Amino acid sequence: MSFLNNVITGISLGSIYAIIALGYTMVYGIAKMLNFAHGDVIMVGAYMAFFAMGRFELPAIAGVLLAVVVCTALGIVIERLAYKPLRQAPSLAVLITAIGVSYFLQNGAQILWGAATKTFTPIVNGTLVLVPEQLSISYVAILSVVCCIVVMIGLTLFTTRTKMGKTMRACSEDKAAAQLMGINVDATISMTFAIGSALAAIAGVLMCSAYPVLSPTTGSMPGIRAFTAAVFGGIGSIPGALLGGILLGIIETFGKAYISTDLSDAVVFAVLIIVLLVKPAGLMGKYVPEKV
Amino acid sequence: MKKKVNKNSLNGFINYGIVVAAYVVIRAMIGGGMVSNSLQSLLVPACCYVVMAVSLNLTVGILGELSLGHAGFMSLGAFSGIVASIMLQEAIPFIPLRLAASMAIGALAGALGGAIVGVPVLRLQGDYLAIVTLAFGQIIKNIIMVLYVGVDETGIHVAASSDRFVLADDGVAIIKGPMGAVGVTKLASFTAGFILILVTLLVVQNLVSSRAGRAIMALRDNRIAAESVGINVTKYKLMAFVISAALAGAAGALFGLNYSSTVASKFDFNTSILVLVFVVLGGLGSIRGSMIAAALLYVLPELLRSFDIAEYRMLIYAIILILVMLVTNNPTMKTFFGSLLKKSKKKKEGAGA
Repeated sequence: MSFLNNVITGISLGSIYAIIALGYTMVYGIAKMLNFAHGDVIMVGAYMAFFAMGRFELPAIAGVLLAVVVCTALGIVIERLAYKPLRQAPSLAVLITAIGVSYFLQNGAQILWGAATKTFTPIVNGTLVLVPEQLSISYVAILSVVCCIVVMIGLTLFTTRTKMGKTMRACSEDKAAAQLMGINVDATISMTFAIGSALAAIAGVLMCSAYPVLSPTTGSMPGIRAFTAAVFGGIGSIPGALLGGILLGIIETFGKAYISTDLSDAVVFAVLIIVLLVKPAGLMGKYVPEKV
Repeated sequence: MKKKVNKNSLNGFINYGIVVAAYVVIRAMIGGGMVSNSLQSLLVPACCYVVMAVSLNLTVGILGELSLGHAGFMSLGAFSGIVASIMLQEAIPFIPLRLAASMAIGALAGALGGAIVGVPVLRLQGDYLAIVTLAFGQIIKNIIMVLYVGVDETGIHVAASSDRFVLADDGVAIIKGPMGAVGVTKLASFTAGFILILVTLLVVQNLVSSRAGRAIMALRDNRIAAESVGINVTKYKLMAFVISAALAGAAGALFGLNYSSTVASKFDFNTSILVLVFVVLGGLGSIRGSMIAAALLYVLPELLRSFDIAEYRMLIYAIILILVMLVTNNPTMKTFFGSLLKKSKKKKEGAGA
C-alpha cells in the first residue's frame, strides 16, 4: 500500500511540475531562452493568493484569480523590460539577465514580505479515504491532477485550433518567416510569457496547498526541478512536459521513500544529467541537427 | 633595436603589479595599525573570491560557457582540503607547507570534479550546460550534507549516515553531516591568499596567451568555424573547464582552512551567483576586471555596514546584473553609451590640446 501511496503522491507532485514545466517549454520553444525567473513567478503567485486569502479573507477562487492576473502582468513586464531588448544578443547575455531577474524577484520579495516562512492555507482541505488507514488521496492531489489535465487539453486545443496558437507555433518554427507572413512576433512572444506566467500562478497555489510553507525562495528549487522535467520530456514539446513532469514527480517521491530524503535533489539532478547524456533532445523532443 | 612587447604579456605584467602593490600597501597598513580587525578578517576570503572570480572568468568570459556550479568546486576543495590538513598533521608539521599541500589536494579534488562533470557535459552547450553545472553544485552540496568523514589509527572512515559512522576511541570526526566540518585548525593566512592569486594569474594568463588559449577563445567566438579548422572542441573546452575547477578547488581549500567550522550550505547557488556577479561586473573576459570587482564588492558591503545596506545588497546586485547585460548587449543602448563615451573622450583630448 505504501507503494501505491507513493505513486499517488508522485503523480500529484508530478502534475504540479508538469504545469510549471509548460511555462519553461513554451517560452523555450518560442524565445529560445531559459527563463530562469519562471520559478520566482510561482513564488509571487503563491504570495498573492496567500495575502488575498489570509489578509483580506477573500474566497479561494478570488485568491487564485488575483494570483493569475498579477503573474500574467508580471510575466509581460519582465519580458518587455529585461528580455525584449536582448532579442539579438548572445544566449549567455540573456541567461545572465534571466538570473538577474530571478534574483531581483527573490530579494524584492524578501524586502517586501520578509524572509520568514509563512504558513499557506490550502485552497481545499481533507482527504479521500479509499482503503481506511492504508490508502488515501488528499483533495489537493486530486485537484492538482485535474488542473494538470485541463491545462494540457486546453493548451493542446489552443495551439492546434486557434489562430493565436498557430501564430505561436509558426514563431517557434521560424521567426523570420513568421514575420514575413505578417505575424506580430513581439506580441506572440509576450503572449507566450503571459500564458506561462498564468500557469505558474496556478502551479504556485497548488504547490503551496500541497506543501504549505511559503518563503521568498519557495519557487526556485521547484522551478529548477520543473525545468529538469521539461528537458526530460523534450523541451519545446507540450505532451513532453506532461510526461517529464509526472515521471520526475514519481522519481522524486520514490527517491525520497526508498533512497534518502536528504538526497532527493541529488537523485533528480542525476536523472537530468543522464537524460541529457543519453537522449539530449528528451523523451518526446525533436532532434534538430545544427545547420552550418 | 626596440624590443617588441606583446600587448597581452604587458597586460599580464600590469596585473601582477597590481596584486603585488595591493599586497604591499595592505601589509603596510596592517603594520601601521590602520586596518580594523573586522576588515583584517575579510582579507583571506577576499583573496579566495578573487581567485574564484578569475577562475570563473576563464569558463564564462574566455571559454564562453556559463557555469552556475562554481561554488560546488569550491566546496569540493574546501572539504577535501580540510580533511587533508587534518590527516597531514603529523606528516608535515611545518604549517605553510601543510597549507600548500592541502590547497594542492583541494585543487586536485576540484579538478577531478571538473573532469567528472566536464567529460559528459561539455558536449552540451549554452543553457543546458548552465543547468547541469547548477545541478552538479546542488548534488555536491547534498552529498556533503549527509557525509561523515573521520580518521583514527586504522585510517580514514567515510559513511553516509551517523549510525554507520564508527570511529576508534582516539579517532577524530572531521566532517559531521549537516553540521559540516568542525574543529578545523585555521591555517590560512593573507600571504597564502596573495600567493594563490599570483599562481592563479600565472596559470590563467599563460593559458590565455598560449596556443591552447587561442583555441579556447576561437571556440567561444565561433565553434563551428573553429571545429572546421581542426580545433578539438572537447579537449580545449575540458582543459579550460578543469583548470577553472582546480583553481576554484584551491580557493575553496584556503577558504575552508580560514574558519574553525564550515558547512556545505555555505557553498550554495547564491555563492555561485555572487561570483558570477563579480565576473560580469568586472567585464567578461577581463581578468583584471574580475580581480578588482571581486575584491571591491566583497569588502564594500562590510565597509557600508553602518549604512544598513546589507538588506538591499543582493537586490542591488540583481539590478546591476540586468543593467550591465542590457547596456552591453542592446544595440540602441550600446550606441547611446558609446556616443557618451566618445564625447567625453573628445572633451578630454580637447582639454589636453
